Amino acid sequence: MHEMSITQGVVEICESTAAGRRVLSVVLEIGELSNVIPEAVEFCFEACTKDSGLEGARLTIERIPGRGLCRECAEEFAVKAYYGSCPSCGGYHVDIISGEELRVKELEVE
Amino acid sequence: MCTTCGCGPAEHHHHDHDHGHDHKHEHDHSHHDDHTHEHDHGNEHRHHHKVDTTAKSITVETDILAKNNRLAAGNRTLFTSKGVFVLNLVSSPGSGKTTILERTLRDLNGTFAFAVIEGDQQTDNDAMRIAATGVPVKQVNTGAGCHLDAHMVCHAVENFDMDNLDILLIENVGNLVCPASFDLGENHKVVVLSVTEGEDKPLKYPSMFHNADVMLLNKVDLLPHIDFDAEKCKAFARRVNPDILIFDVSSKTGEGMNAWYEWLGAGARKSR
Repeated sequence: MHEMSITQGVVEICESTAAGRRVLSVVLEIGELSNVIPEAVEFCFEACTKDSGLEGARLTIERIPGRGLCRECAEEFAVKAYYGSCPSCGGYHVDIISGEELRVKELEVE
Repeated sequence: MCTTCGCGPAEHHHHDHDHGHDHKHEHDHSHHDDHTHEHDHGNEHRHHHKVDTTAKSITVETDILAKNNRLAAGNRTLFTSKGVFVLNLVSSPGSGKTTILERTLRDLNGTFAFAVIEGDQQTDNDAMRIAATGVPVKQVNTGAGCHLDAHMVCHAVENFDMDNLDILLIENVGNLVCPASFDLGENHKVVVLSVTEGEDKPLKYPSMFHNADVMLLNKVDLLPHIDFDAEKCKAFARRVNPDILIFDVSSKTGEGMNAWYEWLGAGARKSR
């Protein structure tokens, strides 16, 4: 359940950005290959924001789909998991170009 | 306040080391508390008296792991400046990480100066086993935490004489999921998989095998007795990570350990 540490990181970033103002909403970007479950972050968010400047803030999570670039044939394709092979040549030498994001995108303060 | 990472004493709850002078810096901690209370008061005030019409959107675009990554970069700078080769050993519980360490330390202790950080949720059982080899060890108990992070490591290494160290081995909490996301500042993440586990573990826990550089396939002395297709397992690992370096080892019989030692020694010499 490393989502608890992840969510604590979110709260720290938001509090430092908000600099004392109350945070009304937070938008996160969580890649599909990031090893983080959005539902678990939502679950932790309520606990982590209690008695903080984020208490009651609305949480929106945007998923970023995995994309890979084949090192063998330069095909770009959707990656659902790290063991996915290139649909064009079948190779496994794939560089992940998106889907590992774990970011606080924006927030709304009072 | 800690000079390395800027943490206050309250943030030290994840580890159990006891250096008294840090605990005197209570001012920082109280200040934070007061600060929070002021916020609460302000919130209530606004809440009761008006509906906010000045909501402001702020673009942040900050990596959630940025703090851990910053502390890990600090650890890495320290390790590089001291010429220490650092490995982060990860696996599911029971794969034999501690036994691999014990054997490695007993066989190489005269050749290289080692130190070990032991991560577990509870107990110092593993640290006692390592201490029995004569190597300096620091146990970090994560409590409810499921992984070590760079902050815990940055304080754990305060216990070692870094100037006279060649190799630091960090045994992470037994967990094939969470430690994958947390850089500790190591040179390599080494994933241990034992043949008594399923051969499809690399596919079931792809993040860990994707992020590791090295895999130790342990307990290979048991292969004749069980239905475990080692080649299939390695093929799965290479699907997730085509560049992964794999050693077949048995920490019990010593089979294959020499190749691992050679790799370890080469890394340590290169880091000097």
